[in-house]
Amino acid sequence: MATAPVTASLAQSSLAQTPLHAWHEAHGGRMVDFAGWSMPVHYGSIVAEHTATRTACGLFDVSHMGRLRFVGPGAAEFLDSVVTRRLTDMQLGQIRYGLVTNDIGGILDDVLVYRLPAPTVAHPANLVDSDHFVMVVNASNREKIVQWLNDKLAGRDDVKLEDLTTIYAMIAVQGPLARQLVEPLFDADLHSLKYYHGMYAATKTGWPALVSRTGYTGEDGYEIIVLENGAVEVWEAILAAGKDQGARACGLGCRDTLRLEAAMPLYGHELSESINPLQAGLDFAVNLEKRSFCGSWALLQARQSPLPQVRVGLELTGKRVPREHYSILAGKAVAGDAAIGEITSGTFSPTLDRPIAMGYVAQEFSAVGTELQIDIRGGLTAARVVRLPFYSRKK
Amino acid sequence: MSPESLLYAKTHEWVHIEPGSGGAKIATIGVSKFAVEALTDLVFMQLPPVGRKVKVGDSFGEIESVKAVSDLYSPVDGEVVAVNDALPNQLETLNSDPYGAGWAIKVKLSDESSLSKLMDYSTYQKQCAEEGH
Repeated sequence: MATAPVTASLAQSSLAQTPLHAWHEAHGGRMVDFAGWSMPVHYGSIVAEHTATRTACGLFDVSHMGRLRFVGPGAAEFLDSVVTRRLTDMQLGQIRYGLVTNDIGGILDDVLVYRLPAPTVAHPANLVDSDHFVMVVNASNREKIVQWLNDKLAGRDDVKLEDLTTIYAMIAVQGPLARQLVEPLFDADLHSLKYYHGMYAATKTGWPALVSRTGYTGEDGYEIIVLENGAVEVWEAILAAGKDQGARACGLGCRDTLRLEAAMPLYGHELSESINPLQAGLDFAVNLEKRSFCGSWALLQARQSPLPQVRVGLELTGKRVPREHYSILAGKAVAGDAAIGEITSGTFSPTLDRPIAMGYVAQEFSAVGTELQIDIRGGLTAARVVRLPFYSRKK
Repeated sequence: MSPESLLYAKTHEWVHIEPGSGGAKIATIGVSKFAVEALTDLVFMQLPPVGRKVKVGDSFGEIESVKAVSDLYSPVDGEVVAVNDALPNQLETLNSDPYGAGWAIKVKLSDESSLSKLMDYSTYQKQCAEEGH
């Protein structure tokens, strides 16, 4: 066994706190336990925060996400051997979405991998003098992934894995105004940063940060990884700059409704160790040609046979909301018939003003337009398979 | 109605008791302001038909927000004699006037023994403080 993660004992006695925790409590954040972290679910209204992100700008504390750094001459080849996406051909500054899969192709986590040059902004906590990789992992999977990768690294000295999660904060700034609110704060040309690219940059007040044009809302924007002591200053500066234009602090509640409208999968819901990336519809993040990685053999097999269950989007009329674990039945089924699938996430879509859901169904029921039914607390409710995403921003 | 004058169930329903015709008391039942604020962003509410018999702890309806769905539990035994049919179409009333126009149902009590298990305002406030972190 590898050494126990530092948060294991913390999680049992008390919740971990992000550098913005006191700010959330002072500003009406309703704090909940999320993967062992005390996080704001909202500051009063999920819908108001959701709408602010779609129409202006939302700020999200995502410091609970895990941030791992991989340094050494073997880093590219090592990561390429554990992630479904080809990584060896990444350019410096590029970011890719991929899955970490187990030996049978089940999803251990979905991650962002950054390939970066040595930071030009030196800081004692930030010292790395060579090209390297950063991986952002889900809070709920961080300990598992660190252990999984450390086991794979046993006996190797050409890659060093460092868990930098707790010395940084991470702030997502999302929405049509996000870029123009963030860019003036930095002493760098962020505006030239392309989608799914990142760079080291310092704020004009000197805080070193790693800024990327990424997010989990379906909107354009930035995610800012900043040293923990600079978090409140950066957060408040962006809020102040956008206050008159509708920028606001947003909790995890609307992060969930936003990502669901954008049909982005969430680990523990659409993704798990018993789901493979092909079932989840994430083929774009699986490169099986001319390479092998942990789970690639199993995924090659899976690709050649029918998938048992696949991810679909569902739209309903009325107001009742399908929730996780509700059964999905065929369109002509009657009460008591066997389920053909299950809801993994559902909400009332603030943007579309109707209930939406994602779930897994047997493949023959997955075509767009298929009429199905959802068992909503004992009542069968008509639903229809629709094309994903439910929402995409106008570009 | 003033919230201080009401009785409360652990599951956040409020109860107002008044004398009815023929001796049986009438309980007006609604959802507390604390619960409405905790749910946030309400989207759907379902109430029972007049005539439904309820017992303490029975679900008499449901209330759904963007975040979650919750049952409404009867704090009393009796028969539903009136339903606020306008409420499901005006969910904002639950925020603006939870103890007045936001009432949900009226129940003619068949047994008053359950009333002794309900909390007064100050006891309920303590429960909310503990739940609200």
